Amino acid sequence: MTYIAKPKLHHPGLKPNKLGFTHRDYEGSISTLCAGCGHDSISAALIQACYELSIEPYKVAKLSGIGCSSKTPDYFLGPAHGFNSVHGRMPSVLTGANLANRDLLYLGVSGDGDSASIGLGQFAHCVRRGVNMVYICENNGVYGLTKGQFSATADKGSRSKTAVNNDSPIDLVSLALVLGATFVARSFSGDKKQLVPILKAAMAHKGSAIIDVVSPCVQFNNNPQSTKSYDFVREHNEAVNRIDFIESKAEITADYEPGTVTMVRQHDGSMLKLSKLHPDYDATDRAKAMAYLQERHAAGEVVTGVLFVEEQADDLHDALGTVATPLNNLTERELCPGSAKLADLNADYR
Amino acid sequence: MQPISATNDFVVKFANVNGSGSASANELFARSILRMGVPVCSRNIFPSNIQGLPTWYEVRVSGEGWLGRRGETADFVVAMNPQTWNKDIDSIEPGGYLVFDSTKPLTTQKTRDDVHMLGVPLTRLSNTLEGTIPRERQLLKNVIYLGAVAQLLSMHLETVESLIAEQFAGKDKLIKLNYTAMKLGYDYAAEHLAGKCQLKVTKDDKVGDRIFIQGNDAAGLGAVFGGATVCAWYPITPSTSLAEAFTAHCKKFRVDPVTKKNNFAIVQAEDEIAAIGMVIGAGWNGARSFTATSGPGISLMQEFFGLAYFAEVPAVVFDIQRGGPSTGMPTRTQQSDILLAAYASHGDTKHPLLFPQDPGEAFEFAAQAFDLAERLQTPVFVMLDLDIGMNDWLCKPLQWDDKRKYDRGKIMTAEMLDAGKLFGRYLDVDGDAIPYRTLPATHPSKGAYFTRGSSRDRFAKYSEDGSVYVDNMQRLLRKFETAKTIVPAPVRRDAKEKTKYGAIYFGSTSPAMDEALAALEKDGVHLNTLRVRAFPFNEEVVEFINAHDQVFVVEQNRDAQLQKLIVNECAIDPARFISILHYDGTPITARFITGAIAERMKVTHKEAAE
Ligand SMILES: Cc1ncc(C[n+]2csc(CCOP(=O)(O)OP(=O)(O)O)c2C)c(N)n1
Ligand code: SF4
Ligand SMILES: [Mg+2]
Repeated sequence: MTYIAKPKLHHPGLKPNKLGFTHRDYEGSISTLCAGCGHDSISAALIQACYELSIEPYKVAKLSGIGCSSKTPDYFLGPAHGFNSVHGRMPSVLTGANLANRDLLYLGVSGDGDSASIGLGQFAHCVRRGVNMVYICENNGVYGLTKGQFSATADKGSRSKTAVNNDSPIDLVSLALVLGATFVARSFSGDKKQLVPILKAAMAHKGSAIIDVVSPCVQFNNNPQSTKSYDFVREHNEAVNRIDFIESKAEITADYEPGTVTMVRQHDGSMLKLSKLHPDYDATDRAKAMAYLQERHAAGEVVTGVLFVEEQADDLHDALGTVATPLNNLTERELCPGSAKLADLNADYR
Repeated sequence: MQPISATNDFVVKFANVNGSGSASANELFARSILRMGVPVCSRNIFPSNIQGLPTWYEVRVSGEGWLGRRGETADFVVAMNPQTWNKDIDSIEPGGYLVFDSTKPLTTQKTRDDVHMLGVPLTRLSNTLEGTIPRERQLLKNVIYLGAVAQLLSMHLETVESLIAEQFAGKDKLIKLNYTAMKLGYDYAAEHLAGKCQLKVTKDDKVGDRIFIQGNDAAGLGAVFGGATVCAWYPITPSTSLAEAFTAHCKKFRVDPVTKKNNFAIVQAEDEIAAIGMVIGAGWNGARSFTATSGPGISLMQEFFGLAYFAEVPAVVFDIQRGGPSTGMPTRTQQSDILLAAYASHGDTKHPLLFPQDPGEAFEFAAQAFDLAERLQTPVFVMLDLDIGMNDWLCKPLQWDDKRKYDRGKIMTAEMLDAGKLFGRYLDVDGDAIPYRTLPATHPSKGAYFTRGSSRDRFAKYSEDGSVYVDNMQRLLRKFETAKTIVPAPVRRDAKEKTKYGAIYFGSTSPAMDEALAALEKDGVHLNTLRVRAFPFNEEVVEFINAHDQVFVVEQNRDAQLQKLIVNECAIDPARFISILHYDGTPITARFITGAIAERMKVTHKEAAE
């Protein structure tokens, strides 16, 4: 178990955010994962991102499937409701929850087995629909909870402690791009500096934000021959951009040298400043992003950063034309046509 | 052969080719008779196919008001399908009538001496319709035979005309064309077949204010009235028309007049697993949500039913049953998902089931299912079948009490939490085994919990402790006891004379059963009956069975599923029951029930005498 030591009293040094919440207000129960598990670092990054964004913790809904990764919503944002559903089916449960109340922030947490093996279909379809959510796949290339079998994201030729994977991998990032996701990123659990701003940008994004986070399983897939190990990812990590999340345009003071920075304005008015680390990478061009990813993957790189973002995306509610009021708030008054209308209808059936 | 002579009491069958556009003419025929004040029931027997395979539309005209199928035979057949000619002619009662296209003379086709052959040159007549293309003439052939049939059965011409006008309201050209076609058939029959048919429809006033509606349509409407806001579904016959009806009624009643935005969300999911997942997600988050499916979909949804049962999430599921197992008989009717639904999912589970008897109850139970699901915090199944779902049934007008409030169940609010009310998600505070739930984002610091399908204690904390698990499973059993007191009660009807015999039936068997009971009574066979309307079975079911020596259980499946559920749940000796089972995929008939019960009564009487 990894303990982040919890003082009994609020630490006087804990700085409150804009809403007066401290870091502590975003924490959850104590993690029961293995010490050093990448998933715990992602939970910590989520806590940090929500704290920095001054999100009201209880206005978040956390949904997950089944797996070590899917257990983690219990370990952050204690004041928020969570739903640990069934293996591979978080996307549908999240979609339904989102339909019922469009006003919450939906965090979907999944694993690579959960998303790319048993749940590939649901992953694809919730992306296609543009469900407004932050979907995090905590990707370790194996089934942690069932003790280390390869998942569908394991690279061909990758070795675990006991086996070699001979199947081609599924790259959720490429898939998300093909399926029309409007925010696609990849990061590494060991790179909080990159992961936190990506999470913040994803939370501000309206539409399906898909984040594939390589998150090593220290128990079953952290050996040197694994492409999902800490060492491998550190060595091969190629970030395409550096992300700064800027809450409003007013905060931008400096001018940037042309061609070095892409500014993306999000639906809620926030700005994403993507400083280019690769001069020819354009995170607003879906087709080029796809080609670049294929190319670099073939060269053995793990490409990270905000890989694609569409500035003003629509979501499922836009497509369905639902009312602004959350559906779970409607009453008999809006929902029930009443007896007079029914009498008219009866006449139509005669 | 003496021709059959009957007034307002006979069966007409139309034998058509799927895709030939006969449905609307056939339905117009049934509606015309209703407009004349004479009850009808209609059954559409169709293939799993879009074009080319045989379909039949059977209309029973019954002045006495019997709404079940009479039996396998018809008195009057319109044979429009050469493929099924032999079968169709064989299905005619001796002395009955056959209408056929006599454009070309009959050569090799089978004929019968005891059937009156009424030829109408439909193709030739359709070719006289000026300004039409072949496809239109094909469609209008149906309207020509409608006219001929109307004349042969002495129907009221103006009634048929006014229905044509209603059907094509606003399209004057079509009204004229259809009217001309209808008259062609009518006049031909008047001129060439006068006096040849002794079946007659005469005006009466036996229909009253009743409506003619399909169960899926009524159930979709019930979901609108019942406050459903989220529908997730995957197409499957015979359930598709329920989701489509919900969509149509929502577009009519649920669009905000000012913003033009929708007070509903309907998603066609990628499969049934996703559909039920969405329903459960929405239910968890406080929206009334449902899915409509059939047996194969129910099979796919199993894992999620267990989650909703164990995590206690409301959900409404319409199962429009069809012939199983596997893809079985996808366009035929059965009541064969009873056990599947009652115990859906792995582990110890059970779920409330509702058994509407007709579209009227489909409407009522659809709305009620949402109250039950939220009150009981569990999936509730509305067990329809193809017969109710996809056929027009004559039933009482739908009713709604404007004073009725939705029962949203036990939801703990921010005010209650602030007032210091103890919140334990799985804590039985009221003694009815139903705990309070909070909805996401209820309160900034109180009432949040983690929903999971794994064992947890009364305060929703993960636990692998055996006694904690048992405590929860026992409470779920007690909750099912509470369910007994709020699901629709059975309807008991006692015979005119005292009897040791009882009969239990449910769902779409109802109209055939009514008629069978009347026929049996005429023969001096008396039966008390109980129409079961829900599972779990309440005490009245047990009392009824205990009050009779022998109880017939009439079902439309092979394995006597309801009977087995009763034996299992009420600890009753199976020897008390006699199963009457009809499961060939066609709706059960009064003749079948009467025959089967009379037969068994003879046997049991003989045994008693020996
Ligand atoms: C229907 C079903 N099949 C199998 C399992 C067993 N199971 C639990 S977790 C898991 C794999 C989880 O892998 P992943 O999503 O990658 O999560 P990780 O543990 O690696 O974080 C499996 C196969 C299950 N819970 N449900
Ligand atoms: S088994 Fe692997 S994935 Fe699971 S907690 Fe341990 S390190 Fe993490
Ligand atoms: Mg994994």
